Amino acid sequence: MQHISVTVDGMEYNAEVEPRTLLVHWLRNGIGKVGTVVGCDTSNCGACTVLLDGRSVKSCSVLAVQANGSEVTTIQGLADGNEWHPVQTAFKECHGLQCGYCTPGMVLAAVDLLGENPNPSEAEIREGLEGNLCRCTGYHNIVKSVAYAAELMGGGSK
Amino acid sequence: MQTPAPTDYVRATSVSHAISLLEEHGEESRILAGGHSLLPMMKLRIARPEMLIDINELDELRGIRVDGDELVLGAMVTHREVLESPVLFEHYAIFRECEKVIADPLVRNRGTVGGSMCQADPSEDLSAVGSALRGSVVIQGASGTRTVPLREFHEGPYETQVEPAEIMTEVRFPIRPGAGSAYEKVERRVGDWPVCSAGVYVVVSDGLVTDCGIGLTAVSAEHFCAPAAEAFLIGKAPTEDNLRSAAQLAADAADPSSDQRGPADYKKHLANELTYRALVRAAAASQGA
Repeated sequence: MQHISVTVDGMEYNAEVEPRTLLVHWLRNGIGKVGTVVGCDTSNCGACTVLLDGRSVKSCSVLAVQANGSEVTTIQGLADGNEWHPVQTAFKECHGLQCGYCTPGMVLAAVDLLGENPNPSEAEIREGLEGNLCRCTGYHNIVKSVAYAAELMGGGSK
Repeated sequence: MQTPAPTDYVRATSVSHAISLLEEHGEESRILAGGHSLLPMMKLRIARPEMLIDINELDELRGIRVDGDELVLGAMVTHREVLESPVLFEHYAIFRECEKVIADPLVRNRGTVGGSMCQADPSEDLSAVGSALRGSVVIQGASGTRTVPLREFHEGPYETQVEPAEIMTEVRFPIRPGAGSAYEKVERRVGDWPVCSAGVYVVVSDGLVTDCGIGLTAVSAEHFCAPAAEAFLIGKAPTEDNLRSAAQLAADAADPSSDQRGPADYKKHLANELTYRALVRAAAASQGA
């Protein structure tokens, strides 16, 4: 077992983990952050996406010990109190989810995308979300949601 | 739920520390770079290292710089950094064109140049770029460093010249003023490995090709390159006929197998056509078109 200290959604967690523990498993089973889901288990689908030191990563392909000393943001830490993050608001307004399984990952990938490019074109949104699969195939509204989120955040879609 | 087999883990504090850890723990230890090949393999228990040596904190392995007449990429430069690098794009458009079609943004955030090169997947896109540009890699061990041309680096699928107690530290590419370059890939779906990819650079001077490199991946071209096609083009005008002939010679260097990504004759066709398209664009770019 190894000791880790990770700030998750603004709170510091100290834990003993087996080195083989994947970040997503620790988030879900270790500290109850079950908003982050496991989709494909093979780093294809992006459902498990979280922000690791501000950058979107697939948490099924990072070890928990690798997050030692880092900051992780999950879908559960995105809202500011009762105030949703604009990307969350946009997904609700534009019906950017159907079954909702891919949504936590989609939202966090979109947050990273808009941080880099506050004014993305539709093509740039689609390219930016290439690592996130929606098995309902609800991509159209997801893209609309991200474009609307850009507007809400003061950028706006090209 | 897929979980890797039990393993130990340590963060290296320097390249020499990583090397001493490799020596201490022997062949059952593995370097952990981006982890986006190794961890999936560990989850499937295809890989079962007993010790992971994490090199993510080694700043000495990061950074893209110009050193004399070479571009130097630290082994831990991420795919995202290659994609977004202005200096790489300034010299070779091929870097941006290739990286854009490697995996997806999330994987590119973690995956590294050194990791991809050392994983040495026979369908690795960067291997075609490295061979096309005649890059080299710097490998460090306890007794010092050595430089190996990328056209001698691969010993077979997933096998390279990096010995168990060695670590790749840099990838270097010669700068060629006036070179145009391009990358063409066909994949079954976005973010997938290629069915076939071709990457080339061409230098056209006074209407003649004075220098060129042609790389191919996923089609079992030896060392990911097509030397006969390159030799054919030198001294010739980049006309449609000549570029078509070179592309045919490149396809002759391919020896693909039929598999779930497609039948061998289709891949051979792609090697030809993609090489041609890349040559056309690279030659045009070299001539300032």
